[in-house]
Amino acid sequence: MKDALLSLRGLTKAYPGVVANSDISFDIRAGEVHALLGENGAGKSTLVKTIYGLVRPDHGTMTLAGQPYAPHEPRAARAAGVAMVFQHFSLFDALTVAENITLGMENPPPLKDLSARIRDVSDRYGLPLDPARIVGDLSAGERQRVEIIRCLLQDPRLMIMDEPTSVLTPQEVHILFETLRKLRAQGTSILYISHKLEEIRALCEHATILRLGKVVGTCDPRVTSARQMAEQMVGGTLQTPARAGNVTGEVVLEVKDLSAPSPRAFGMALKSVSFAVRKGEVLGIGGVAGNGQDELLLALSGEMRVADGMVQFKGQPVGRLGPTERRRLGLLTAPEERMGHAAAPDMSLTENALLTGAVREGLTANGFLNWGKARTFAESIIKGFDVRTPGPQNTARSLSGGNLQKFVIGREILQRPDVLVVNQPTWGVDASAAAAIRQALLDLASKGAAVIVVSQDLDELMEISDRFAALNEGRLSALRPAQGLTVDEIGLMLGGAHGMEVAHVAG
Amino acid sequence: MDLSAINPILLVASLMVAATPILLAAIGELVVERAGVLNLGVEGMMITGAIVGFIVATATGSPWIGFLGAAAGGAALSLLFAVLTQFLLSNQVATGLALTLVGLGLSSLLGQNYVGIRAPSVPSIHIPVISDIPVIGPILFQHDPMVYVGLGICLGVWAFLKYSRAGLVLRAVGENHDAAHALGYKVIRVRVLAILFGGACAGLGGAYLSLVRVPQWTEGVTAGAGWIALAIVVFASWRPGRLVIGAYLFGGVTVLQLNLQLVNVPIPVEILSMAPYLVTILTLVLLSAGRGGAMGAPGSLGKHFHASS
Repeated sequence: MKDALLSLRGLTKAYPGVVANSDISFDIRAGEVHALLGENGAGKSTLVKTIYGLVRPDHGTMTLAGQPYAPHEPRAARAAGVAMVFQHFSLFDALTVAENITLGMENPPPLKDLSARIRDVSDRYGLPLDPARIVGDLSAGERQRVEIIRCLLQDPRLMIMDEPTSVLTPQEVHILFETLRKLRAQGTSILYISHKLEEIRALCEHATILRLGKVVGTCDPRVTSARQMAEQMVGGTLQTPARAGNVTGEVVLEVKDLSAPSPRAFGMALKSVSFAVRKGEVLGIGGVAGNGQDELLLALSGEMRVADGMVQFKGQPVGRLGPTERRRLGLLTAPEERMGHAAAPDMSLTENALLTGAVREGLTANGFLNWGKARTFAESIIKGFDVRTPGPQNTARSLSGGNLQKFVIGREILQRPDVLVVNQPTWGVDASAAAAIRQALLDLASKGAAVIVVSQDLDELMEISDRFAALNEGRLSALRPAQGLTVDEIGLMLGGAHGMEVAHVAG
Repeated sequence: MDLSAINPILLVASLMVAATPILLAAIGELVVERAGVLNLGVEGMMITGAIVGFIVATATGSPWIGFLGAAAGGAALSLLFAVLTQFLLSNQVATGLALTLVGLGLSSLLGQNYVGIRAPSVPSIHIPVISDIPVIGPILFQHDPMVYVGLGICLGVWAFLKYSRAGLVLRAVGENHDAAHALGYKVIRVRVLAILFGGACAGLGGAYLSLVRVPQWTEGVTAGAGWIALAIVVFASWRPGRLVIGAYLFGGVTVLQLNLQLVNVPIPVEILSMAPYLVTILTLVLLSAGRGGAMGAPGSLGKHFHASS
């Protein structure tokens, strides 16, 4: 193709035991937004790392604007005009915005000139940002702006964006898309990676779909339905979770006027959070990361103690009880971070099953472990939740993200909770595992348990919650029935576009 | 007891001398920790520098070549730490502790034939006019050059970290090594260089003890100075300015308690000997408790870095 900016031909990269990319070829044209689709483990990350010079391919060639292109490090990629916005932000919390940006540039101007250029670019593209602020204090949307501006200052020919909208409010997504469209109009190509198919349909002209390291198809997302694309990604048909519906049970968990400072640096304090959940109800709590979700989970799980009356379980104050006492009563939690918080990575699945299941499943006696019972419990989780692993003797680390998440959620569900609190239950999990997890949560609710789902994935919350509320700067909005909520209404509940600093100052 | 026997000018003047070894070792460790590496082997590198510097100085007759040798000796020992922790990914805490033990043993082995010998002396500088100013002159301007070299290094480190691009990269590596790697910075290279700088500074600090302060070789001459340097780095919140305050405070109380011992103050000697450690730590704790607490520890301090791709 004549106007191809970047051509990939036969790219192959194998790691021990797995071929991450196998004979991948496609073109990205100048001035197009090109989507790269695929489930987790399909090889998207390896491919973009290859383009950005972080991974060297075993075979295959790349051509950038007619020139052979083989970056051996990100510096070379940036010099050739390829920039990347990372999925997990590659920012330094303790440094200022300007310092973060200068670190990502090849020939940075002195900080004073740079600050002026940052202001200039941020005005031009409608991305307000103060160069002197410390990055640790910024919201997720603002942090992403730092990364984008860092890329834009280098006048890239190709910009790679890896899951850029996963942490943004709908309004922030809108602002981002405006920026990307402006860039496209100026002739910049964008390689856009996302799980959110509706976004891709709204933004991209061309999509390449990967499955198990191979290109399995291309399409024009503007005329292809999201379902068709999803089915090409998974190579099968998708199940939509079914829900039971009506909620009339008694209140099992009540949170009254919960205020608590964050135990973490750069955390968000909870401010007067109140809500109640009933038996059989799924309560969805949305919000952009860093608005108090982690703190709320810590307060509910008992990892962070609060005043007694602030958390009431079946009318009994439990705010001062620790996690084990709360588990004994029937209030269970599954935190967001799988490795290291929900599960101990280097311990076996049996040991991990013991860690939270000991109290309710009676896996200990007189201070001694009952290994036989623990193993049986772990096996029942593996079987009941389709966890793909050779057996319970394997370590948690050896499982893929989706499988470990199924194990972690399944472990709590099998303990017959009265209230289950989960944070980001399907974060980084592929579509079929996500559907299975959501269905399991709905089944649990239909059996009479109350389920609280904290998530940044609004589609997920709309799909499974009965009622919805949003966390914004540590405050919880009023609870609204999820049915019939529009995207705009949700956006307003989430506090609108974050970090409109200009407006703050004016107010 | 006769407190009037203590000359206040001499007391303040010797404070700068007493503080210099700790200052040198601490500023080196500060750079290492800002790069995200916790090297607990400061004591071992100091004492290695002390004996290597002493040997080189007596062999050549020049204390300055001795200081160079001390820096090289400290850096060589720290290279061992760098190879173990950065390439072989050994645990930093355990490796650092082992490094201290290795340094202590190595120094007594090397120093067997040097006990009781006097080192070539280091002359104090004398600048006409300003060295002769009453009071200020003897306090500030009549020391040996290493006192000023130590302060100069601190100033240089401060400016390097605050104003230079290389200093920013070093801070970035210490703050978030994964992000620094993703941007294409050489995490391991930066850290190895920082570790070598830390080793060289610790070596200089040790040689200052054996060549200037004591000045002869005795086993265990550092007497825990490396540990106090480590503590000062932490309590100074990884900031060069506070580090100078901490080191001088420690030096000051050390000199004061020695003087008090000489004039037979009716306080047990053991308590007087403890005083510098207690006062320094207490002050720096109060200082860092006041504003922002112990915040400011580099985000990746003490963590392994292993490029996954």
